[in-house]
Amino acid sequence: MSGFFSAIAEAISAFLRLIDPLCGPAGVFRWFAGNTLLACGDTGWGDEIAIGFLVTASLAVATLPLGLLVGFFIALAKQSEERSLRLAADVYTTIFRGLPELLTLFIVYYGLQILAQNLLSALGYQGAVEINAFVAGMIALGVVFSAYCSEVLLSAFRAIPRGQYEAGYALGLHGGRTMRLIVLPQLVRIALPGLGNLWMALLKDTALVSVVGLPDILRQTGIAARVTKEAFLFYSLACGLFLVLAFLSSVAFTAIERRVKRSEVAR
Amino acid sequence: MSVVTTLIPPQAPPPAPPRPYTLSRFFGSVALGIWLALAVGIFLTVVNGWDPDKFAKYGPSYLSGLGVTLLLVAVSISLGAVVSLPLAFARMSNNKILSWLAYAYVYFFRGTPLLTQLFLVYYGLGSFSAELKAIGLWGFFRDAWNCALLTFTLNTAAYQAEILRGAIESVPRGQHEGAASLGLSKRVTFFKIILPQALIVALRPYGNEIILMIKGSAIVAIVTVFDLMGETRRAFSRTFDYQTYLWAALLYLMIVELMRNLWAWLEARLTRHLKR
Repeated sequence: MSGFFSAIAEAISAFLRLIDPLCGPAGVFRWFAGNTLLACGDTGWGDEIAIGFLVTASLAVATLPLGLLVGFFIALAKQSEERSLRLAADVYTTIFRGLPELLTLFIVYYGLQILAQNLLSALGYQGAVEINAFVAGMIALGVVFSAYCSEVLLSAFRAIPRGQYEAGYALGLHGGRTMRLIVLPQLVRIALPGLGNLWMALLKDTALVSVVGLPDILRQTGIAARVTKEAFLFYSLACGLFLVLAFLSSVAFTAIERRVKRSEVAR
Repeated sequence: MSVVTTLIPPQAPPPAPPRPYTLSRFFGSVALGIWLALAVGIFLTVVNGWDPDKFAKYGPSYLSGLGVTLLLVAVSISLGAVVSLPLAFARMSNNKILSWLAYAYVYFFRGTPLLTQLFLVYYGLGSFSAELKAIGLWGFFRDAWNCALLTFTLNTAAYQAEILRGAIESVPRGQHEGAASLGLSKRVTFFKIILPQALIVALRPYGNEIILMIKGSAIVAIVTVFDLMGETRRAFSRTFDYQTYLWAALLYLMIVELMRNLWAWLEARLTRHLKR
């Protein structure tokens, strides 16, 4: 069984090496930075930065579904008829929209460490517990994202008229199916611009995770800058890579928006 | 013939039916219970770990850190407002090159993380120390506080320029035309007619930008400026006490909530002539 999983991991990493935009067969650094500081391999920093690029992108991509899902349920809680549920959801957004992202990250990182340590020592395990920086970053960024996301989705929910729900019930659909078949498709269309902004903010917030030691773009370029004393070059490169990510996501969002709006164009 | 001689005395309304115990009520109680447990847990940690010495030692440094944070935000927001004016005009101008340059500036500062920009200014420009010494600017760039102030000013100028541009463009054409038909000059039109209406539209985004700056300013702790976050990190590295972060969280939450409520009041006050 472990052979099976390692084969899958092998295949995934081989695939990632193939499509790597920086150091892959069609990579920018491989073709245009042959003998410079940015070369791939042992002589340059290209491959380290390529790993950082991958880590940043995968952290953002892994956080997105978590944040969207939690944010959706918080938005549902906020418009519920139950007072206690509304109050609990409001406390959640107030806290996580008010705290600096960096502080949230530290609180999650050290807090989880203490919590896990106490839990394991209660179970009889003695030893140091280290929380994975990727998981801590995912939770911290996901929590912040979901707090903002719930506000965006809430205002989108309010833009959908009551008649849509009533029509769903009149057709004999129960609550869940009304939500899935009637409300959600309209919700996505209304909330998409707001969610696009949140995605951009998430992409930029991933840079903070370098502070707790995750080898993302900023950390890898920072190491390179310290070793080579070419700080300006490497931090400019970091800015450039973030700009590339921002540009790619704006292109993707324009395409998605056009696709979900295709029913409106016909009119 | 029957005559009603006595009226039925007024009856009490029927008792309200008991509230059904729904799923959402269950989840609400669970969620509130979790928050309550967390609050009690945090309170107990603080009470158990209460140390008057630590409080006397780090309390004042927290307050000074708070002062540094507020000063940094206030100065960079005001300087950014000054820089954002020409930037917004350049963005709206008919000159292709000028508007493209302003767009590139805004795209760069809004598309990259503030932390990267800070590193670029502090470490990146720091690597040109010889050149900077030659033109006499090294004294400015050597200090982390100056670098942070410069970065934040440039960053918030980009955001504020976009806010200002959106607000000015949201004022309807008819306002320009009305002013022109009254024979007002361009200057008077802008300052007396367009800008007051634009600023009301821009009020809410400005408030959000200030709150974002307060939260964003926490990253200066990484380049050794001792703001609230910096003092927190210093206290944590000396005591290894988790409480230090909780106190910082409390202070940040207080400032942000205060700012939010203040801004809501200000907005209600300034737009009271628009209420119907």
